[in-house]
Amino acid sequence: MAHKIKKTILYILLVVLAGICLLPFALMIVNSTRSGNDIMTSFSLLPGSSLASNWKIVTDNLNIARGFGNSLFVAICSTLLTAYFSALTAYGFAFFKFKGNKIIFTAILIFMMIPSQLGMLGFYDLMTKMRLIDSYIPLIVPSIASPATVFFLRQYVVSVMPKSLLEAPRIDGASEFYIFHKIVIPLMAPGIATMSIGAFIGSWNNYLMPLILLNSSEKWTLPVMVASLNSVKDIASNVGATYVTVALSVVPIMIMFCFCSKYIISGISAGSVKE
Amino acid sequence: MKNKKSRGIKNRDNLGWIFIAPFLVVFLTFSIYPVLRTLYLSFTDYTGFNQPTWTGLENYARVFKDKLFWEAFGNTLKIWGVNIVLQLGIAFLLTIVFSDIKYRMCGLSVFRALFYLPNLIAATSVAFLFKTLLDWKFGSVNQLLTGMGVVDAPIDWLGTPALLRTVVGVIGAWMWFGNSFIMLMAGVQGINGDYFEAAAIDGAGRWKIFGSITLPLLRPILLYVAITSLIGGLQIFDIPYLISLGQAKMTRSVNTAVMHLYNMAFKNRQIGYAGSLAFILFFIIAICSVIVYRLMYAKEVD
Repeated sequence: MAHKIKKTILYILLVVLAGICLLPFALMIVNSTRSGNDIMTSFSLLPGSSLASNWKIVTDNLNIARGFGNSLFVAICSTLLTAYFSALTAYGFAFFKFKGNKIIFTAILIFMMIPSQLGMLGFYDLMTKMRLIDSYIPLIVPSIASPATVFFLRQYVVSVMPKSLLEAPRIDGASEFYIFHKIVIPLMAPGIATMSIGAFIGSWNNYLMPLILLNSSEKWTLPVMVASLNSVKDIASNVGATYVTVALSVVPIMIMFCFCSKYIISGISAGSVKE
Repeated sequence: MKNKKSRGIKNRDNLGWIFIAPFLVVFLTFSIYPVLRTLYLSFTDYTGFNQPTWTGLENYARVFKDKLFWEAFGNTLKIWGVNIVLQLGIAFLLTIVFSDIKYRMCGLSVFRALFYLPNLIAATSVAFLFKTLLDWKFGSVNQLLTGMGVVDAPIDWLGTPALLRTVVGVIGAWMWFGNSFIMLMAGVQGINGDYFEAAAIDGAGRWKIFGSITLPLLRPILLYVAITSLIGGLQIFDIPYLISLGQAKMTRSVNTAVMHLYNMAFKNRQIGYAGSLAFILFFIIAICSVIVYRLMYAKEVD
């Protein structure tokens, strides 16, 4: 009996903790449907009826669709690059015993541990010299080299693909790239999917780099736009509109999470349990 | 014949270079070169516009006299302290609860997903959300607290330096405890179940099992979680930056080391000096990581 009571108490605590994780999001969604005055004077978990007017304030002052499109464009491009080139690199490291394979792979793993801000200033300087400030190239092209993804996919491809699978097509004279595209990629697909979701979310949420690199407001991604809310007078004076903007940047990720949480969590778990 | 065959394999193995070439080119250009360039600039008076002139260790000497940087570093430690205790504490308790063989808690995957949710949201959105929720006059949190009669007067969460630092630390913990929990739990699930069963048959109690089996076998992952939180925590930037954005009065109380670096580089245009800040910070992080590593593995001797 005591056992059952203890277990119930534990469940209640877990639900409370889950509530703490969800409450801010619930408030965000509820408050985006209430008028600024309402939100300021009372607390409520019941939705109001001001979603349309809040929405109008936002769209009158910010080109939110543009920001949404910009974010989507950058995130999709960099996810595709990360997925394809990481698979390519991982396969290269896993199944070709060229000279220096091990040394280069180890060197990459060591460099992976260097914090990103060390390179930030040099990166900015390089982009200035290449005249790439205010362009999407520095946000997209570096995604080709994503060491953590390569590391994960290398372990993955070794575990899902026996080397003997390559023998038959090689004897038949298939080119290495044909083998990679027709045989290896389909086998690696689940691993690639796991890493792609992470890459997409990382890019969608990235703030510091776009903040430093993008000057003109029509190129801003959603996080930079959200951060500029303070300076837009009509929105700053209406809290409901602030909530709508924030919700708009959060909801796509939440929807994605509903469908892919399994992949996302398996990706994190796999990252921590290295053999 | 034999010779020819082995050469054929060698040629094919060399094709691997083509597979890794794009990665290598991009990695060298956009990751390695910028780090080396930052290192070089940290020894110059570069502002972004002038021709960099070599100034030797001048910038590094200046870091040690830069009171604002050390104050910012102190703030970083205070924020990180609150953050790490809560984050790892909660993650650890959850791991204990879900790995308990007697309770056999259900719903791990659902709770895991819910606890992880805050980590998915962009820092800008999190900062704005909490800024609005914690507003002194109009925030929902104060309305809730005064409404329930917990406090008499609204609390000025964002206007009191110590409180604001705590808030930033708690937000960090809220965002990251799910991540730590998933990793620790993955570690527990990787432990061979036979150990637990054998211990249970021998009559070992819950805490005995946790202390003698779970904890020692979890140590590598615990180390990984501790070091990644250390590296991330000492580089905290977006939440404190965004939550104090627009209120100049409060910026200094949550000014972190990386915020100081950002301001030096992109507001004051002292890129050379900011470079030396970056490398000093890197050395501090590296030394701390070594200390954490030593602390966790020192116990193994006895």
